[in-house]
Amino acid sequence: MELLIASAIGVLTAAGIYMVLRFRTFPVIIGTSLLSYAVNVFLFASGRLAVNAPPVLRDGVEVYTDPLPQALVLTAIVISFGMTAVVVIIALGSWLSSDDDLVDVPAVPAAAGGADPAPRGEAAQ
Amino acid sequence: MTHWIILPVLMPAMLAAVLVLTARHHLMLQRIFSMSGALALFGVAAGLFWQASDDTITLYQLGNWPAPFGIVLVADRLSTLMVLLTATLAPLVLLYAMGSGWDQRGRHFHPLFQFQLMGIMGAFLTGDAFNLFVFFEVLLIASYGLMIHAGGAERLRAGTQYVLYNLLGSTLFLFALGALYAQTGTLNLADLALRVASLDLADSAGIRVAAVLLLMVFAIKAAVLPLHFWLPASYSEAPAPVAALFAIMTKVGAYGIIRVYTLVFPPDLAITQGLFDTWLMPAALLTLALGMIGVLGASRVDRLVAFSVIGSMGMLLSAVAVFTPAGITAALYYAIHSTFAAAALFLLVDVMRERRGGIGTQLADAAPMAGGALVAGMFFLAAIAMTGLPPLSGFLGKLLIMDAAWGTPLVWWIWGVILSGSLVAVVGFSRAGSQVFWKAHQAADPQPDETDAEADDTARVDVSLPASPLPMIAIGGLVALLVALTAAAGPVNRTLAATAAQLFAPAPYIDIVMTTPGKVIGKGGHGDDAYAKDGQGDDAKPDTGQKDH
Repeated sequence: MELLIASAIGVLTAAGIYMVLRFRTFPVIIGTSLLSYAVNVFLFASGRLAVNAPPVLRDGVEVYTDPLPQALVLTAIVISFGMTAVVVIIALGSWLSSDDDLVDVPAVPAAAGGADPAPRGEAAQ
Repeated sequence: MTHWIILPVLMPAMLAAVLVLTARHHLMLQRIFSMSGALALFGVAAGLFWQASDDTITLYQLGNWPAPFGIVLVADRLSTLMVLLTATLAPLVLLYAMGSGWDQRGRHFHPLFQFQLMGIMGAFLTGDAFNLFVFFEVLLIASYGLMIHAGGAERLRAGTQYVLYNLLGSTLFLFALGALYAQTGTLNLADLALRVASLDLADSAGIRVAAVLLLMVFAIKAAVLPLHFWLPASYSEAPAPVAALFAIMTKVGAYGIIRVYTLVFPPDLAITQGLFDTWLMPAALLTLALGMIGVLGASRVDRLVAFSVIGSMGMLLSAVAVFTPAGITAALYYAIHSTFAAAALFLLVDVMRERRGGIGTQLADAAPMAGGALVAGMFFLAAIAMTGLPPLSGFLGKLLIMDAAWGTPLVWWIWGVILSGSLVAVVGFSRAGSQVFWKAHQAADPQPDETDAEADDTARVDVSLPASPLPMIAIGGLVALLVALTAAAGPVNRTLAATAAQLFAPAPYIDIVMTTPGKVIGKGGHGDDAYAKDGQGDDAKPDTGQKDH
């Protein structure tokens, strides 16, 4: 099981990093989601793996699993879910207003002032 | 137990909720609430600072749970100093936001501002690594909203990049925390300090990875060289008051480094030996060099200021990386100074942008702006401070850093980079200042013959002075703080030296966190104490589960 979990984290992280390095917003967001899945599993495993062990005290039970990583991972899931929602909305707004979805901010053309956004969108195409 | 410590976190949180729920459509009401909240926060912060100024370390156990299990807030000298710094900056920034009308260009500026304050305050006060992560997220998610406040295509693009970068940073933070927990079984900073100290050097691969990951996380926040790419675009595209508030955000990263690497991984710890000499110091010096080169190369004033922030973070972290009490003292002095200087510059850039009309912040010829003399004077002072020329606090900070670096193996590198970097920054700022303020007159005076078409449509765009004096009062306040920091350098430096001394003697901190008794749990109580005591039911003694660490 250790091998399975470890390779799952590894594969998720590798795929996430690959996607994050793409230059359009959508794959990058997918990449950050994959990375957050990887980190959730990682956090979960940080309390050591135990099968069929309760996290809460109970009479007549000898083996427990660590409850803290479960609480941590719950927090992490909620936060990463919220953050992903935020980044999707901001990326959508950015795509709608500038008509392209590249992640990098294009270099400022010398002629265009700060007030006029139109030339920049074209320059980036 | 005093409840004052939680107020800097609780007050903005509740105020923000009240603002969203009740005063959504009343700008004036929002302004009044927000400002009085910020001022009250300053009062509380000053009180906490005073309380901590006789080396008292105050502990606050949330829900009265004792330390390794419950979450604690700790107010020591460093925390209260940073809280006070934030609370000093916030009202001035708010004043600017109100005076310049930034807060009415989009919705929910004030609630987001308060949430941001909550996150920053929490990050400074918490004594728990996972809680630090949560407060980082609070301040980040508020900063996402503030970053794209008022919208606009470029701002949204810069915002997307900023959010994505920070999402990756958060993921990295979680990996670091997971690794820490897997190695030590705790995330309370004081408890971590005890357990890391007792780890076996031969078996320390995991904890080393965690230490480096954590350093990277804070380095992202502090914009250290290979991880600085998010800063220039987001700081220059962010609304000016937000950028000014963000001046404290890079310091949150620096705070994280100082806190964790004095408490959990102290400099004499064998496990993390060489982390600073080998990695942080060169990275900080490169950051400094890059920031200053960026200042020279920038074609817009806002970019220039953003790069000067990177440079100042490099300067600050090179002082941190010396990692002696003198180094930390210098770093703290420089942190205070560079926060105010960067905030003043960001606000000044916004004033320029408003008054120069269509040309915005481009370093190009334009007609003189209305009321340019005052703006130019302020810019001159703030630039002197930022580049570290003699009369103002930047010079003293730099002097302290160079003094602290004396005797370290890399001293000539540090001195060389700092001095040549400052020279480059002086050139960059003088070029920007003369282009914006002096060449403007050259371009405008000889009117009809030799001017080209470009000068025509930019000349006299927007000459009326803005009605409100508040923006210049806010900027003046920040510059006055810089002057005060210079004038009071002696007492300030003594306080900071005491702060550094407290950081380098972490025993009282650990002691107060770990031995203060908390809630007494009766027989058959909750299972929270289970993991340390291996599941015995009778946890009647309050400090049970702590002696065996």
